[in-house]
Amino acid sequence: MARIELQKVAHSYLARPAGEQDFAVKELDLTWDDGGAYALLGPSGCGKTTLLNIISGLLTPSCGQVVFNGRNVTEERPEQRNIAQVFQFPVIYDTMTVRQNLAFPLKNRHVPSDAIAARVTEIAGMIDLDSVLDRKAHNLSADQKQKISLGRGLVRSDVNAILFDEPLTVIDPHLKWQLRSQLKKLHREFAFTMVYVTHDQTEALTFADKVVVMYEGEVVQIGTPEDLFERPMHTFVGYFIGSPGMNVAPVSVEGNRAILGGYAIKLARTYADTPVGAKLELGTRPEFIRFAGNGGAKDGEGLPVTVKRVDDIGRFKVAKVELAGVPLAVVADEDTVIDGDEARIVFDPDHVHIYADSQLLEGVAQ
Amino acid sequence: MNKTWNNGAWFMVLPVLALVAFNAVIPLMTVVNYSVQETFGNNIFFFEGVKWFEEVLHSERFHAALLRQLAFTGTILLIEIPLGVMIALTMPRQGPWVSVCLVLMALPLLIPWNVVGAIWNIFALPDIGLLGRSLNGMGFDYNYTHQPVAAWFTMILMDVWHWTSLVVLLAYAGLRSIPDAYYQAAKIDSASRWAVFRYIQLPKMKRVLTIAVLLRFMDSFMIYTEPFVLTGGGPGNSTTLLSIDLVKIALGQFDLGPAAAMSIIYFLIVLLLSWVFYTLTMRSEDQS
Repeated sequence: MARIELQKVAHSYLARPAGEQDFAVKELDLTWDDGGAYALLGPSGCGKTTLLNIISGLLTPSCGQVVFNGRNVTEERPEQRNIAQVFQFPVIYDTMTVRQNLAFPLKNRHVPSDAIAARVTEIAGMIDLDSVLDRKAHNLSADQKQKISLGRGLVRSDVNAILFDEPLTVIDPHLKWQLRSQLKKLHREFAFTMVYVTHDQTEALTFADKVVVMYEGEVVQIGTPEDLFERPMHTFVGYFIGSPGMNVAPVSVEGNRAILGGYAIKLARTYADTPVGAKLELGTRPEFIRFAGNGGAKDGEGLPVTVKRVDDIGRFKVAKVELAGVPLAVVADEDTVIDGDEARIVFDPDHVHIYADSQLLEGVAQ
Repeated sequence: MNKTWNNGAWFMVLPVLALVAFNAVIPLMTVVNYSVQETFGNNIFFFEGVKWFEEVLHSERFHAALLRQLAFTGTILLIEIPLGVMIALTMPRQGPWVSVCLVLMALPLLIPWNVVGAIWNIFALPDIGLLGRSLNGMGFDYNYTHQPVAAWFTMILMDVWHWTSLVVLLAYAGLRSIPDAYYQAAKIDSASRWAVFRYIQLPKMKRVLTIAVLLRFMDSFMIYTEPFVLTGGGPGNSTTLLSIDLVKIALGQFDLGPAAAMSIIYFLIVLLLSWVFYTLTMRSEDQS
């Protein structure tokens, strides 16, 4: 197991990148702690897989260093780095049995055959492949094949980290959940460093202790699932995580008040000097807006909105409203009664954030 | 409920039936017809039963030609298949050189058989041909018009030159269909170059290689023009392959009966060997 550091790493697939826009991964510093379960989350094409391949050594970064446990491994090949990687589509050696597949990485490293046999049996037990050990690998189902890929990583007891590149893409939904919890269990038992690339937020949030969110080649936030939900550092994080995503609306800020279309919204923090010329936005999650008077209030507290649409999702309702022409989503309890197209909404000051050019502003606590 | 029976739809297959009849069945049947009859000219035929078949099957001349044919086909398969796979492995996977390589590889396949024969006939001449003169210049006593070994060497070299490209193109297509993740996984599993070939590339090429072997087997077993133009079957009978022998009997000696019987035996051998090979490879596929 290892602590993995990326120091000033950047990568471009072009030989002579002309500028920022040519980089698939823009310069970043990142540390993956030993034994951590990380998810690398972001939309397709944001550089997740590139970053993963830099860690595993399939790609050498254009600049910067990759450091394992204090040792610079930037120039080392994947087999020297001792990394395991599970790919999007299961990779298995068709002509071999499951047992031979699992033994393959050890055989290539010239481990004595009795040690191989013992280790293969042990790993097969851990990932429930013991009943199919002597079957040809290519006749198995997709989830079993993916387990073989994982197993080939696990058999090497000294592996530095296990990397997953969207490993559940081809797995049936009901098996996805099962495999994911099995992975979590394995991680708890053996505490290997684990990096899991995905564009599925549920997968990332249930799997990882820490989520790294990437957007256009940059890491925009690293945090626990709660951090990402409650304090998105970037409007993209707010929008990408959560369903529906965070409401983002252009505002102007005066001290501890945000002005949205003529209405003042109270803030929990004071923003004394906002950056000059920056685009200011308010961000708040639909979960932190409520309807005044359980949907029935026509006056009194809150701000007046026009209700455009209400979707009943089961345990809660999602309402699309407009405040002075600005569209907002509101998550309300199931028993909220919204009749007519007028209602009043109340913001929770603790969960209203202010962004300047998409970056969270800290403000000063009152 | 009454179901109406109308077999009128059968008439729909008539065009196909006619086409197949005229281009395959009827010509084949005329051969079958000749193979059981004897003629002394004037279009008068006598029924002879299976006499010609017995004669061909017991003839030493046929045995010798068949043996030469098997030796030729076996040799070119043993050379062309591994060589083709090796060349395909060294070809670039992407970039501008891919098309250059593909065009270069396809060139020999575009040349007509008799032209190939003529090219090699001249190319290998010991007095004026580039190959022949060079070999003699290097101290080899090489003359394919007199020496059976030299004739065989030239004939096999010619076939390898003409047809290895086909194996290369098929094997290359098989290689290109392997996703990158396989190579990446192999790197991570620290597989050797040989292991990558043995456990990833070869299994993925198996189907196209089956086709390549079948095509090369059938083509080389029926080959006529190239060796005929190159050596005419000589020196002596040393390069008289089955098809050349067949033409000698049918058109040279005008022995229609034995020639027809030999054609049918020839055809059955090709069919049988192809079937056996195909069944064996497909069966091993099912088992795995």
